[in-house]
Amino acid sequence: MTTTSNPAPPTTTSTLTLTGVSRWYGNVVAVNDVSMSLGPGVTGLLGPNGAGKTTLLHMMAGFLAPSRGQVTLDGRPTWRNPAVYRQLGLVSEREAVHSFLTAYEYVLATAKLHKLPDPQAAARRAIAMVEMESAQDRRIGTYSKGMRQRARVAAALVHEPQVLLLDEPFNGMDPRQRLHMMELLHSLGDAGRTILFSSHILEEVEQVSGTVQVMVAGRLAASGDFRTIRRLMTNRPHVFAVRSTDDRALAVALMAEPSVSGVELGRDGLTVRAGDYGAFTRVLPKVALARGIRVRQLLPEDESLESVFSYLVEA
Amino acid sequence: MSTVCWITARGLFGRRRFLLLLPLPVLLVVLAVLSRGLGVPPSSWGPPVLVGLGLAVVLPVVALIVGTGVLGAEIDDGTVVHVLTTPLPRWQIVLPKLAVAAGVTAITVAVPLFVAGLLADSVRLGLALAVAASIGALAYSALFVAASLLTRRPVLLGLVYVLIWEGLLGNVITGTRVLSIQHYVIALADRLAPTNLLETTVSVPVAVVMTALVSIGFTVLAIDRLRAFSVAGETS
Repeated sequence: MTTTSNPAPPTTTSTLTLTGVSRWYGNVVAVNDVSMSLGPGVTGLLGPNGAGKTTLLHMMAGFLAPSRGQVTLDGRPTWRNPAVYRQLGLVSEREAVHSFLTAYEYVLATAKLHKLPDPQAAARRAIAMVEMESAQDRRIGTYSKGMRQRARVAAALVHEPQVLLLDEPFNGMDPRQRLHMMELLHSLGDAGRTILFSSHILEEVEQVSGTVQVMVAGRLAASGDFRTIRRLMTNRPHVFAVRSTDDRALAVALMAEPSVSGVELGRDGLTVRAGDYGAFTRVLPKVALARGIRVRQLLPEDESLESVFSYLVEA
Repeated sequence: MSTVCWITARGLFGRRRFLLLLPLPVLLVVLAVLSRGLGVPPSSWGPPVLVGLGLAVVLPVVALIVGTGVLGAEIDDGTVVHVLTTPLPRWQIVLPKLAVAAGVTAITVAVPLFVAGLLADSVRLGLALAVAASIGALAYSALFVAASLLTRRPVLLGLVYVLIWEGLLGNVITGTRVLSIQHYVIALADRLAPTNLLETTVSVPVAVVMTALVSIGFTVLAIDRLRAFSVAGETS
């Protein structure tokens, strides 16, 4: 499947910056001292339900005042500053859309509210971007949840914002719509736009973005490429699946290495636990070569986002 | 027509609650026609129908339904985010919505009041009631649009104002009439077409000044509240 209308690259890029941002409701702290900077590319905002993702997104989008700290877009605060919406688009989690309008009317109205020079062309382009041309003249009230979501994304993209914030954008989408949305986010990120989407579905984040911001209980638990984050967790041994021409001999040899904390011999090869990722990947070929063993497979087993996420949540 | 007006009007007329606007004005006309047809003297049916029903019930209730519908309903269902995620200055959102609310209320109320005034006395009284009610529609709309941004239960707040403040206290403690839009409307209508059918203790200058203050004050308040509009987070 291909995207019918590729997003045009923005003339400038924008940076969304959070500095020591907290938000509390009475005694409940929803977001606690979060600092981050989001530049061009796709970033996943990951966290279990109730972690504070939506609160954080609302503060980023200027719909909630931080109790402490500041949220800025290119140095200008997002709170009480409607001018930021020239550069910023938001697709909120709440499925709020005027059901009495058609998708075209809805997106066209958005283009007019943004006072775009050619709102009709902008609306057609945004609708093409989400592949909604065939249904654009039907009332939104007759749409499936996934179609409504796409109409909302089209409205958020109509002014070609440099920053797009999406709260659980894949909710209610069928697999095909989900794939298309992932491709769209990829292409927007590749075109130099700053895309942040929240999700509690690990597979979604893993497929769309390597860069994550992980929220746990209101705090920013980790930030960056999740594989790099995993490697920085030195207190947890790295797990590798290894297959070779002589698994038993290799297991014996590896146990003598200080970087290896455990080896398990199974029918499909070895499961090696290494305390030091770098040292183990350097020593393995040397050990194998010295004993005339050929390594057929070396696979990090806990570098998935799921592993990283579960380690962070457990911590 | 601005896009905000267009969306507001489509939203207002597309909701079933719009049908609530119809019975009261129809009732007003029916009662006036019946009274006139049955030969009841205007001095007997005029005050209860024109003031008791028309200005004390139909005008504020229609204004309440419409005024809370143009913004409060969008806040309730979350669609307000659509217009708020645009760079429009917030006054460019509040003023069109207020214009739609005041316009729809004025048309809905002024026409039956004109008919009732005509049947009770004269074209002049009909016109006076229609004009005063239109001015009152603006003041009530400003109040109820602002209420939509001040509380999550603007209809309840509006009913308390209309029923308790204006309806109950206004009749018992005459001093409270200084803060009653209903009495401003009566004073203005009486000034435009002096008649014994309309009575109030509020003077015309007070009515003019207070109507302006209420309309402008609550509009400014609504704009300010919309500037600081917050969406509730998942934790709240």
